[in-house]
Amino acid sequence: MDNTTQPTTSGMTGLIEDWVSDKDAFKNVSWGKTMMWIFLLSDTFIFSCFLVGYMSVRMTTDVPWPNASEVFALTIAGEHIPLILIAIMTFVLITSSGTMAMAVNCGYRRQRKQAAVLMLVTAVFGVCFVGMQAFEWTKLIEEGVRPWGNPMGAPQFGAAFFMITGFHGFHVSIGVIYLTVVALKVLRGDYEERGYEIVEITGLYWHFVDLVWVFIFAFFYLW
Amino acid sequence: MAYADDVENEELHEPTGFIWKYVWSQDHKVIAIQYSTTAILVGLVALVLSGMMRMQIGFPGSIDMDSTAYYQAMTMHGMIMVIYLLTAIFLGGFGNYLIPLMVGARDMVFPFVNMLSFWFYLVSVLVLLASFFVPGGPTGAGWTLYPPQAITAGTPGSEWGIILMLVSLIIFIIAATMGGLNYVTTVLQARTHGMTMFRMPLTVWGIFVATILALLAFPALFVSGVMMLLDQTIGTSFFMPDMMQFGSQLDYSGGSPILFQHLFWFFGHPEVYIVALPAFGLVSDLISIHARRSIFGYRMMVWAIVSIGVLSFVVWAHHMYVSGMNPYFGFFFATTTLVIAVPTALKVYNWLLTLWRGNIHLTVPMLYSLAFIVTFLVGGLTGLFLGNVVVDIPLSDTYFVVAHFHMVMGVAPILVVFGSIYHWYPKMTGRMLHDGIGKLHFWITFLGTYLIYFPMHYLGFLGMPRRYYAYEDYPFIPESAQSLNAFITVVAIVVGISQLLFLFNLAYSYFKGAPSGGNPWRATSLEWLTPETPPKHGNWGTSLPVVHRWAYDYGVPGAELDYVPQTTSPEEVPVHESDHDE
Repeated sequence: MDNTTQPTTSGMTGLIEDWVSDKDAFKNVSWGKTMMWIFLLSDTFIFSCFLVGYMSVRMTTDVPWPNASEVFALTIAGEHIPLILIAIMTFVLITSSGTMAMAVNCGYRRQRKQAAVLMLVTAVFGVCFVGMQAFEWTKLIEEGVRPWGNPMGAPQFGAAFFMITGFHGFHVSIGVIYLTVVALKVLRGDYEERGYEIVEITGLYWHFVDLVWVFIFAFFYLW
Repeated sequence: MAYADDVENEELHEPTGFIWKYVWSQDHKVIAIQYSTTAILVGLVALVLSGMMRMQIGFPGSIDMDSTAYYQAMTMHGMIMVIYLLTAIFLGGFGNYLIPLMVGARDMVFPFVNMLSFWFYLVSVLVLLASFFVPGGPTGAGWTLYPPQAITAGTPGSEWGIILMLVSLIIFIIAATMGGLNYVTTVLQARTHGMTMFRMPLTVWGIFVATILALLAFPALFVSGVMMLLDQTIGTSFFMPDMMQFGSQLDYSGGSPILFQHLFWFFGHPEVYIVALPAFGLVSDLISIHARRSIFGYRMMVWAIVSIGVLSFVVWAHHMYVSGMNPYFGFFFATTTLVIAVPTALKVYNWLLTLWRGNIHLTVPMLYSLAFIVTFLVGGLTGLFLGNVVVDIPLSDTYFVVAHFHMVMGVAPILVVFGSIYHWYPKMTGRMLHDGIGKLHFWITFLGTYLIYFPMHYLGFLGMPRRYYAYEDYPFIPESAQSLNAFITVVAIVVGISQLLFLFNLAYSYFKGAPSGGNPWRATSLEWLTPETPPKHGNWGTSLPVVHRWAYDYGVPGAELDYVPQTTSPEEVPVHESDHDE
């Protein structure tokens, strides 16, 4: 019907030709999925700015930075283990990414019950994560850590900690609600006609939140 | 099919009742007009504030304005004009109205999110205006809101005003994100048959790239806003160093004020292009249509827009040459700043070459477009002064900066806004704006602009600092500068009042304007080819248009008319694909 130019060249020019020459820039990608990817790109910049801001104040403050592996150590059954809670939290969140991926797979196989159950399992892992985070916050607050100061060292430690983990925890909580709502609609059969791409879109968000945690883990807890 | 969004076969549910049609509307055209109206109204507040400031500078003591009120007016004027007027009207106004029409879509991809975008924007405006009524008034920290002074006692509005300002900005960012996701997705995925990206009008390209910049630059403002809000409310020290005030140590320690400047300008410089790129796009279309000539170097224009967008992310610290950052940064940022002049100059040359041997109609949109080119050129040339570190240092914080900034980022985009409203008003209402009033408004605004801002360059060379409440008793400022200040004030008041002509024209023509018909400018792009004018819900009636050519087929040899609409098939008028590749 229309005379769109067929890409004939290769390399960079061919790539661009291919990209611009059709109705959709991304073939067979739905509007919702495109929009989620673009949103995640924007959100990446938010978390990057938070992390850059944290690293920057860590360099400018003239008080020594507290030793993260000591602050986040727990004594379990008489054993003093550094970073153990954070390790468990990371494990839980990465496991939840696994169940999420399985849910996406089940969705495309149109096994809607399995997909919904796996999404709910993912949400439960998310709740566990937020619960452990609440425990961690409580423990630090009891030890005297405040956004404006703490007994261990630089006041920016508490400020950055509460701000960054708080913002991430907020994302996880939103994700849990999002997952639950979509899972219930999947279970009810709302997507029988349109197909189960929505599970993948939800999954994109969830994997993103997990990925961000890996960076927070590396830059805040391990550094 | 699980993947593709089946727009063609989707049934249209036209909303009924006044509320659903015009208030809680999900139609991109209504949302666009809601956005534009709000932006223009809040812009009027900022215009009045600037008139009050000019009165104080030109005729000190003539109005009841103390230094606190002066700084508050200055801050609010800047923030409103840059964010709540220009950003909102280009993306929320023109973006919303023109993107779906120009790419041949029925609406934005997620109309509900689009509607939320407007309502969040409205809330952000209300929160901002509420700061006039809280104890201490709005913030007077300057529109850049630099800490530590923005949240330190002694600065106007450091208690409540700044909080409302930051909250309002955060809400605005949420609104801009919801809108922006829609615009980008619509351009990428919802174009009609045959509308390849290299057949889109440059307006769409400009708004598209600007929206991507907004989605990537606003996060930095969001983060700096959150951090400053925490500094102000619960006493964290992100931006606050150890400080003494009135002989006592404040409760802050070890923060980095310069971090705020980096975050702010990482947003702030792309912001300049968030406003400028849509203006580039719109003006390209105005020039091409009103000169009856295909745009010169279409692909080059697109690449210039894209490369300006990319470069705009690596020039931010040229706003910080005097901030005390590492001088080696200055070298890097001066280089990137001057490099960005290359694609920008390319665009100016292409506009001129489009006009060359064109059949120039001096309509009101064309007048505004020509004024834009001249004004943008003047503002751009003074940018070369300020982009070089050694020249910038003596000029920084003088009226030279004020003049440069207002020329290039204030007046130039506003001229495009006016020109574009004259151009697209017939599509929005079915009536032409009054030509005579339009020309009067144009000449007052255009000449007035030069009478206001040209002298300011000179005041800047004299060393007159910006942001001062009063200029008496400074030995280095000659007394004659004050008469120039008074002159500028008189012109500014005249130009300010003359904007009533424009508002009157909008209202008058809505009822009494000459009927325009569907395509009064004899243009080729899709928005002029809708079955009804103004377009109905769903834009295209029963079937979507099919596009066969680019949007710039003017004066095609062998064609019957001097313009060939984008929907004309190649059998009727042959398509020269090579036209696109100049």
